Amino acid sequence: MITCAEAVRQLWEYLDRELSAEDRERVEEHLAFCRQCCGEREFAEELRRLLAAQRRDEIPRDVLGRLESLLAELGS
Amino acid sequence: MGEQVDRSDGEAVPSGLTFQEVARAHLPRLYRLARHLEGDGAEDLVQECLLRAYRGYGSLHREAAAGAWLTTILVNCHRDRLRKQLRSVQEVSLEGLEEFSLYRQVAEEDPFPYSDSLHTEFLGLFGAEDVHGVLQSLPPIYRTALVLRYIEGFSTKEIARMLESPLGTVLARLHRGRKLFERALWDYAEANGLLEGVAVRKEPEDVEVEAR
Repeated sequence: MITCAEAVRQLWEYLDRELSAEDRERVEEHLAFCRQCCGEREFAEELRRLLAAQRRDEIPRDVLGRLESLLAELGS
Repeated sequence: MGEQVDRSDGEAVPSGLTFQEVARAHLPRLYRLARHLEGDGAEDLVQECLLRAYRGYGSLHREAAAGAWLTTILVNCHRDRLRKQLRSVQEVSLEGLEEFSLYRQVAEEDPFPYSDSLHTEFLGLFGAEDVHGVLQSLPPIYRTALVLRYIEGFSTKEIARMLESPLGTVLARLHRGRKLFERALWDYAEANGLLEGVAVRKEPEDVEVEAR
């Protein structure tokens, strides 16, 4: 059985599906009985959602205008 | 626009769309990525990307691939700029980083003594601009890996290809980047007063529950 420190160190790679089948199994085995590390996993998932929420397309009107002008110049 | 552009290719992809039509549709997305990668230098980065893409437009054979094609060019431009910066880059302190855990820090400091979901409440303090600010405070090589992986959703293999770095390097940057991001979230919350008064704000609700 791996320690909490090892399980936590591999949590994001586990969530990213970057671990080998063997390492994945070890993390899952640990999570099955360790409540503290389950809390760490939920928190890691929330952190991932916080980052993913940054995926919003917003461009200031003046910046868009300047970039469109550049495109127009390239086409002229 | 003073730069002379040398194009040896045709005017349009097979669909008949001009470079301008193809690129215009992707401007908001390119700007988003550029803003996360370079903050205030975003517009400059998109301009460089457009110039480079215009020169290589002949290599784009399918309009459907334009998004990935432009993204790769933008990341390439960023990578080149990063290499120049790296020669004079600041090093961030990694002391104690491996041992740092935001989960434990929040539990130990307990800024929400009346909450039974303190970790969720802690992250709830961060608006989109706060998260952006935290990301911008990270050294570029770590921020780039985090942005491409967790905001843009590229796989580590794709990131390794884009940055022309070994997979192990990308994985190591992601590992350190995540740790730095966690530590920077806590530092940002403290430095910007996000934690001030949260316990006090919670108190009246608790008192009300007890009074019922």
